[in-house]
Amino acid sequence: MKVLLNGSETDLADGATVQTAVDALDLPAAGRGVAVAVDAEVVPRTLWQTHELNDGARIEVLRAIQGG
Amino acid sequence: MATTDLTADPLTIAGTEMRSRLLLGTGGFRSLDTLKVAIEASEAELVTVALRRIDPNARGSIVDVLDGAGVRLLPNTAGCFTARDAVLTAKLAREAFETDWVKLEVIGDERTLLPDAPALLEAAEELVDDGFTVLPYTNDDPILARRLEDVGCAAVMPLGSPIGSGMGLLNTYNLRLIRERASVPVILDAGVGTASDAALAMELGYDGVLCASAISRAEDPIAMAHAIRLGTEGGRLAYRAGRIPRRLYAQASTPEEGTAQF
Repeated sequence: MKVLLNGSETDLADGATVQTAVDALDLPAAGRGVAVAVDAEVVPRTLWQTHELNDGARIEVLRAIQGG
Repeated sequence: MATTDLTADPLTIAGTEMRSRLLLGTGGFRSLDTLKVAIEASEAELVTVALRRIDPNARGSIVDVLDGAGVRLLPNTAGCFTARDAVLTAKLAREAFETDWVKLEVIGDERTLLPDAPALLEAAEELVDDGFTVLPYTNDDPILARRLEDVGCAAVMPLGSPIGSGMGLLNTYNLRLIRERASVPVILDAGVGTASDAALAMELGYDGVLCASAISRAEDPIAMAHAIRLGTEGGRLAYRAGRIPRRLYAQASTPEEGTAQF
């Protein structure tokens, strides 16, 4: 299935979860300071491994940066 | 209480006491190492952080730096142009940083980065209802400041001048009105260019100053962090000490009695 991951069209296997999407970004360490929204709703970290994505899902994976 | 004892004069926001009245924004520092030393020099205890899409090439973790410094995080909603985006960003920040404090920004215009007043108020109300401790970045508008307080914001943070402009406090009349009429802490946010701007805000009775670019983009950010801390402290002490009134004409400081008659 195709999802929109941080604005880029990305192929993920059927049944992929939020965790799959986060892993696809190959982060150094997705620890504190990372948060995920799917279709404009926050997905708590505790649900990353169980929250399945639908075809066409819009996923934003955000991390802490300097600002403000 | 000795009026020079700043440790006995904490800044209290939503029941949390902080000795430092200088809040540090982290935007614009050239490296995390510089930021780390600047935090020490500023003695800030409340420090902003932002959220953006993952950049796999980013090096180092700002969260590690801030955690190591022992500061409280103040996530912002910078870059949000609608109440909806700001609310969602605040919720993501709550998830990412495990804090319900948020520096709420809803920007109305890319060129000036001035707040969008109706959207700001709408987002503030929604976030307060959702349990957030909301510190809104707002215009120097006394009425809007009062509305933000009315919907339950924990502080109000009017701008001195546009973000990053370094133009200081452009409308001290409005800023004074905001201070006089607010019963929550008032933080001067944005526009500080140098130490005297921070001092002026504090002399107006402001409870604190939030400053990023003036420090991070200074030629020597560490020295400027130190200077703005001293400006903030000096202004606070001067405010508490009570300045003399302004007079149109001179008032001799040396007694006239006993002056020689040549």
